[in-house]
Amino acid sequence: MISFTLNDKPIKVDADPKMPLLWALRDLLDMTGTKYGCGIAQCGACTVHMDGTPIRSCVMPLSTIAGKNITTIEGLPRDASHPIQQAWLEHNVPQCGYCQSGQIMSAVALLESNPNPDDSAIDNAMQGNICRCGTYPRIKAAIKDAAKNLSTTIASTSTSTVTPTSTSTGTSTNVDFSLAKNAGEKA
Amino acid sequence: MIELFQQAANNASTKQTKSVSRRDFLKLTGMTTSGFVLGSMLPVSLPAWAHGNASHAGDNTLNLFVTIETNGRVNIICHRSEMGQGIRTSIPQIVADELCVAWKDVHVVQGLANEAYGSQNTDGSRSIRNFYAKMREMGATARTILEQAAAEQWAVPITDVYADDSFVINRNTKQKISFAALAEPASKIKPPAPDALTYKSKKDFKYIGKPIQILDLPDMVTGNTIFGQDVKLEGMLYASIERNPVVGSKVESFDKAAAMKTGGVVDVYKMPEQPTPVVFNPANGVAVIATNTWAASQGRKALNIKWGDSPHKDHDSAEYLAQLNQRIVGKGKTIRQGGDAYAAMQQSQQTVAATYTVPYLVHAPMEPPAATAVFKDGKCEVWACTQTPQSTQQNVAGALGIAKENVTVNVTLLGGAFGRKSKPDFSIEAALLAKYTGKPVKVVWSREDDIRQGYYHAISSQHFEAGLTADNTVNAWIQRTAFPSISSTFDGTTDEPSDGELSLGFGDVPFHVENLSCETHKAPAHIRIGWVRSVCNIQHAFSQGSFVDELAHAAKVPTHKMWHQLLGNDRLVNPKDQGFEYGNYGETLERFPIDTKRLKDVLDDVVAKSGADQPTDDGEAWGISAHRSFVSYVAVATKVRVKDNKVTVLEMHSSIDAGTVVNPDRVRSQQEGSMIFGLSLAMMGEITVKEGAVEQSNYNDYQVLRMSQSPLITTYIVESDAIPGGVGEPGTPPVAPSLTNAIFHACGKRIRDLPVNKHFTV
Repeated sequence: MISFTLNDKPIKVDADPKMPLLWALRDLLDMTGTKYGCGIAQCGACTVHMDGTPIRSCVMPLSTIAGKNITTIEGLPRDASHPIQQAWLEHNVPQCGYCQSGQIMSAVALLESNPNPDDSAIDNAMQGNICRCGTYPRIKAAIKDAAKNLSTTIASTSTSTVTPTSTSTGTSTNVDFSLAKNAGEKA
Repeated sequence: MIELFQQAANNASTKQTKSVSRRDFLKLTGMTTSGFVLGSMLPVSLPAWAHGNASHAGDNTLNLFVTIETNGRVNIICHRSEMGQGIRTSIPQIVADELCVAWKDVHVVQGLANEAYGSQNTDGSRSIRNFYAKMREMGATARTILEQAAAEQWAVPITDVYADDSFVINRNTKQKISFAALAEPASKIKPPAPDALTYKSKKDFKYIGKPIQILDLPDMVTGNTIFGQDVKLEGMLYASIERNPVVGSKVESFDKAAAMKTGGVVDVYKMPEQPTPVVFNPANGVAVIATNTWAASQGRKALNIKWGDSPHKDHDSAEYLAQLNQRIVGKGKTIRQGGDAYAAMQQSQQTVAATYTVPYLVHAPMEPPAATAVFKDGKCEVWACTQTPQSTQQNVAGALGIAKENVTVNVTLLGGAFGRKSKPDFSIEAALLAKYTGKPVKVVWSREDDIRQGYYHAISSQHFEAGLTADNTVNAWIQRTAFPSISSTFDGTTDEPSDGELSLGFGDVPFHVENLSCETHKAPAHIRIGWVRSVCNIQHAFSQGSFVDELAHAAKVPTHKMWHQLLGNDRLVNPKDQGFEYGNYGETLERFPIDTKRLKDVLDDVVAKSGADQPTDDGEAWGISAHRSFVSYVAVATKVRVKDNKVTVLEMHSSIDAGTVVNPDRVRSQQEGSMIFGLSLAMMGEITVKEGAVEQSNYNDYQVLRMSQSPLITTYIVESDAIPGGVGEPGTPPVAPSLTNAIFHACGKRIRDLPVNKHFTV
């Protein structure tokens, strides 16, 4: 039994300690917001935060996260109010959307460590996150905008410790594929 | 062309049996709690309209595109697969505009596999092209019925009412009735005949042509999406399959006991041996079935499979390409001819010749294929990230030996696809394992599986020769192509390209050269060949666009000018005039001509707006190219810096004329994506084969473009009222030649063999 904190909630997982965190999240805890892309820390689709630092959960054995604080995409505000999420909406960043959980988690971590990144800082921080649809230009623009917004509003949200508003552990069956929020309501 | 391939693959027909309603089926399979609300789960008691004589009741409710609920929610079916192009938003945009519904009331419902929708094969850049008119009709039909229902309530002629913003309004009294209130009475009204419908004019469009935010966006930024890899059913098992490294080889032995010892593994199953040709059949292999993905993948490592022989075991891609390059310099089989290029070449003042090659490529979408299936009482239900739900339905039925009607196919979001997910092999695997285990099974492909078990873009060689007269007019043009055909996937003996493939940027060369010869050479297939975003246009646009640049250099004129000379006067090209049966992406030349003016216009547009004709700093240069594909026109200008043997792509500009566009923001995002996809394959895309097996395995050795290599990108959309053309693919073909032309102009090195990273650091 391995204990850690997941999106601010204590959690215990009974699994092979060698099992990467990614598969525990996806298959055992039904937290499928974190995606599988390569399994060898090459693509970043599985990026989550461990004690605030971005890690590739596909190569992180459960044994190494005992006692750690893990934040996944489900740990960001469910109303998409984080400045990075807002910038993503503003720039219509995603195409297929598959890599975006990882992109967003990397971007959130970047702004926490460097609130005003220049192009090369963004390139460095995002280099490990592949997007085959080609959303890189919009990701870069969105990160810059989010940084601007963060610098003009006093940071009110410490994103690595946001409390989920719904029961995001233990079930993903509340996800209704067809219940996509309406863009008109959003606007 | 792709449609034809699909038909060829779907020959395994299934017997008709009594259909079972979806609701009965859900009861039978106990799956009502799966949490998915997809097409067939619409409330059947509520009003529904479909085209023509479709019944409103009972099982036929599947034949609908629009449903209005009494709470005012308007459900619009999207019958095409969402893989990043934004189709789940743009289809509703078209319907909703004619329906005059407020956008906030629009709710998209993903359609199941269902022939009633027409083709659901989401490929060939044709969702909007093929369904724009149909979707407008669906919206107009529903709007007319609502207007009729309101007119009857007020006892006024229908001409006295009009729909707007989810209400029907009485022109005279200004009274309003909501769509919600009209839902029930409208359900009893017979749909109008299509020729009785009226349509909006362009100036009245509220959604068509507007950059509406994609409906799935809020879920995508909160991780609330369901892709094929994310499906989970109660009691589901996970399977990982070790497949043959060489096409055609069979499992001779494996260590079942060792795999079974792995924690979490519950079963090991040798997949049914598949016949050749490969078609869409799963590869031969052994499945490890476990309680989670990790356990299945660990068990797989213990299988120790001994593989049998294969006729393809000696295939070596480097040797093979060398053979193609030898063959391509000789005269081939003529598929299009004008005048006598060989005789004319003798009269030329100057001749130019070059051979170009493109390696095997693989799709590598971010989401590797995945499918989940359950089989019970002779019926199967599948959830998959598929581009082709109907083909999936048919092939799953064939593999299970049941009627197509007994297979339900749910389409999840697709985490990228690029053509890979139009092959239903992974869904067939899930269905076979679900039948074998009697439990729901998800087949999870690893990245290694995706790279090594692809349907690859064909390795190819192209050879061009041209003659220039003393005044630098091109008087002779010879072009040849050789590559293993996609047809080989369906008929193992095919060793020549099909007319469909030659219609992708080769037989349709739009140049006005008096003496022209288009020829092909044979090329047998040794691995599975498939279609990758823009298909054969990749190699044909690369070679053609490079050769135009080489001719310009030889003639000492700007490349832009050489394009104009070759395209000639404004005219419509018909390749049949020179003996080539041109496919034109399934369209007639009357509706979608090859219009040299439109190609020149996008070229002029991109040159003017990018500044590609302006001087650059030392070591920097522009390259341009243009290409018509999927009945749209795209030109690209690329600026590079070459320094210390490193190529840096600084800027990339793309101009598209795709006719009428529905969602300009998604057209732009497709343009951006097409450029990055094209840049990725040109800079570093390469699959190599040794001893019959693919050598690459993951993103570490099949490299794709990353953030730091992504240039400044600018997109332009030509304003047009023409019929919608393709968008998803046409942006890719001109990218590679614009890049290599830019490199040549920056440093004098001409790259004729992709990828660029064989010659430069990228």
